[in-house]
Amino acid sequence: MKESAIEFFTSRFNISLSEIGQLLSTALSKGGDYADLYFEYRISNSVMLDEQLVKSASKSISQGVGVRVNAGEKTGYAYTDEISLESIKRAALTSAYIAQNAKEQAISVNVTALGNNHNLYAVAEPLSEISASHKIELVKEVDQLARNFDKRIREVQAMFADEYKIVMIATSEGVLRGDVQPLSRFGVSCIADEDGNLQMGRAGGGGRSGMELFQTELTPKKLAEEAARQAIVNLEAVDAPAGAMEVVLGPGWPGILLHEAVGHGLEADFNRKKTSAFADLLGQRVASELCTIVDDGTIPNRRGSLNIDDEGNPTTNTVLIEKGILKGFINDKLNARLLGVPYTGNGRRESYQHIPMPRMTNTFMLAGTESTEDIIRSVKRGIYAVQFGGGQVDITNGKFVFSTSEAYLIEDGKITAPVKGATLIGNGPDALTKVTAVGNDMELDHGIGTCGKDGQSVPVGVGLPTIKISEMTVGGTKS
Amino acid sequence: MKNTKDFAVSLVKAAMNKGASAAEVMIVEGSEFSVGVRLGEIEKLKDAASQHLGLRVLWEGRQAALATSDFSSEALDRLVLEAVELAQMTSVDDQLCLPDEGDYAKDWPDLALYDSELATLPTDRKIALALAVEAAAKNTDPRVVNFDGGGFDAACRGVIMANSAGFVGSYEATACSLAIVPIASENGSMQQDYWYDNKRKFSQLESPESIGKQAANRALRKLGGRKVKTQQVPVIFDQRVASSLLGDIFQAISGDSIMRKSSFLVGKLEEKIASDLLTIVDDGRIAGALGSRPFDSDGLPTQRTEVVKNGQLNSYLLNTYTAKKLGLKSTANASRGLSGPPTVTCNNFFIAAGKSSPKEIISSVKTGFFVTDLMGFGVNIVTGDYSRGASGIWIENGELTFPVEEVTIAGNLKEMLKQIEMVGSDLDFRDRISAPTLKIEKMTISGE
Repeated sequence: MKESAIEFFTSRFNISLSEIGQLLSTALSKGGDYADLYFEYRISNSVMLDEQLVKSASKSISQGVGVRVNAGEKTGYAYTDEISLESIKRAALTSAYIAQNAKEQAISVNVTALGNNHNLYAVAEPLSEISASHKIELVKEVDQLARNFDKRIREVQAMFADEYKIVMIATSEGVLRGDVQPLSRFGVSCIADEDGNLQMGRAGGGGRSGMELFQTELTPKKLAEEAARQAIVNLEAVDAPAGAMEVVLGPGWPGILLHEAVGHGLEADFNRKKTSAFADLLGQRVASELCTIVDDGTIPNRRGSLNIDDEGNPTTNTVLIEKGILKGFINDKLNARLLGVPYTGNGRRESYQHIPMPRMTNTFMLAGTESTEDIIRSVKRGIYAVQFGGGQVDITNGKFVFSTSEAYLIEDGKITAPVKGATLIGNGPDALTKVTAVGNDMELDHGIGTCGKDGQSVPVGVGLPTIKISEMTVGGTKS
Repeated sequence: MKNTKDFAVSLVKAAMNKGASAAEVMIVEGSEFSVGVRLGEIEKLKDAASQHLGLRVLWEGRQAALATSDFSSEALDRLVLEAVELAQMTSVDDQLCLPDEGDYAKDWPDLALYDSELATLPTDRKIALALAVEAAAKNTDPRVVNFDGGGFDAACRGVIMANSAGFVGSYEATACSLAIVPIASENGSMQQDYWYDNKRKFSQLESPESIGKQAANRALRKLGGRKVKTQQVPVIFDQRVASSLLGDIFQAISGDSIMRKSSFLVGKLEEKIASDLLTIVDDGRIAGALGSRPFDSDGLPTQRTEVVKNGQLNSYLLNTYTAKKLGLKSTANASRGLSGPPTVTCNNFFIAAGKSSPKEIISSVKTGFFVTDLMGFGVNIVTGDYSRGASGIWIENGELTFPVEEVTIAGNLKEMLKQIEMVGSDLDFRDRISAPTLKIEKMTISGE
């Protein structure tokens, strides 16, 4: 698509800027103090391979408009999957209901189309325009390469999914912005089988980019070998230890630690409402001075990056923790307005059917100075965790977990045996005060993260250098 | 419903006319209402409806699945063409087919899925309920000082399905839920918990007073939580976390996992996999239950399947495809995300109630851990390895004593199932997956 997002919606659905202004006036007619319209058109494609067969190819088209009205702390929301003046007007009147006790008002809104500050993911040829047959070649190749890696690899599942999302946001402040957001993900999982001992390995990646990503950084070979290698390593895994011990996290995806331990707890809604364990800790020490943590939505081509957030604001690079001191929160419009702080461009939503909330983009820790070898050498007894599954946090008491999928024992400064998957548990406001070493090898993850909050999923990124935590509880079975 | 069966049938015909060897259309219409409250005021109000359509076509043993929320005739014409085109690119899979003609659902029992009272419930009434559940939680104790959400949700869903084997069916279902997440605070530390009810019929919903009080008490009893030493002790899963354990068991007995050999229960059919006390049932036909439906997403009549009987694995849960792959008969557990081929889901999936009251189960433990919350995703269905964050209450001499937090519980599902020593009598159907209190002989608690 060569036209802009704004041209796409106004021409395809035959809606003028002045009509958009009128819809916003309608949304405010019952006394609301802010309103916005979120137009979305999304094409999603996927191909899936399993048992050496491409069992299905899929395509999905989803379109609709969400109308939001704010009145103080209250939010009214309605949506329609019919993008017509009449349907959007009905949704606007429904969401206007939230302010029904206020005085009716006639506010005229004029929207002006504005450009975006960033151009983070211009793609020459969107993946959605590339024939499924090319993606089918990729999943077949990954299957073959994983099987070639080791004859103990018995099952391979692979999926290539891409999405092409066009959004347009109009606000009662008169701002009209649009964006075209490509997204892809290529994932593979392998089962290794050695005399009935079954073990799994997984690899994947993607981002807001075109096919070139899978020809350079994330080739079928790299993904296949990574997943197969993990499954084979896990065949030798011994019981994971139980108890509090030193933990070394490898670079990249283990950054999920930050997402769970501090990221969610620093989302502004929880802090405005004082439901987060971090409420009232601004300016205080919440991590060791080796830790500087940012949420940066402006990194080119990354899964968590956006030119504009889902409220039409440019994304930013927000320092959350600087040298261990809590500096800032992750804000959306409603919470920034109520707290009287600037927007950080973190208002995100799953789709036109959802109310935006403060959400993370790419959350990572800046690199330190130590080498991985020195960090591992400094550990007497602990674990070295390099790959993880998912994590979760209770933002109120701060307790968080994340579970290893590839980890090793460290004994007397040496990596010894691989261990079975174990959950690590800690307490957000003090877990990072125990970071005693930060490596020089900061990496962002390969683009696999999906964050869930209040029933809404959005793509995110994380990143981490190798770090050492002096004490953390490891949930193995061997005490 | 806005759409008709005839419309679905016409799309099936259109796909057949474009060369499909078989076609299946599923239309899902939904409306959702939700009111969220906070500190005595409405915080969020959402009211909307939507519709989606899925078209799955088979073409000479190949398959594609397309979905759209654009119902314009141009969009649908294009959808049909693209579906047939896309199917031609996939692999030939000789096990792929629609169910045999004689197997489809023919009778339409009244499963009490639709509640007209809920469908027409006035907005003010819904708001009042949401405010009442919050007030009930707040009034329970002065230490309940804040909330992280809560409210009333109502949804209607209509499903129409038609395929080229001549099956046409439809049903409508309602559901509502009332939930509250209170935060209790004492000595500068905060704890949250939640309680809720989900029902198809509004009049069956637990009262706001009861839900609010239960939620508050759950948060209050966590105050002052601490770690315990790393040790092996008996572990009791309360109803809510026992249901989560049952959800893990579902993954392990789902035809999708078995077909891919991605389960620790592969090849265990007709073997003893659990303690004699464990009986697990999937039933798609319990009147008014949340997991009931007249037919599955392949069009087969739902049924009752005894998955585990007194510890013996008697059946996997299967859809038409996974059944054919495994040389078994479908248990009518097909599910459809509209933009993908059928997968396996459970209907009403539950552990049959045992004989012991939760109190008796707690009394039976000298030193142990009563788990009320689990966190994270540390369950490996392939190996059975189980390691999750947990909080709950410590048991000494058969009595609940102090709250425990920031620990993990770990074991392996293979052993955990065999070590189920007691099954509670307290089964209720609050979700599609329901379990009573369970006692497991021994797990590793990791803490200090």
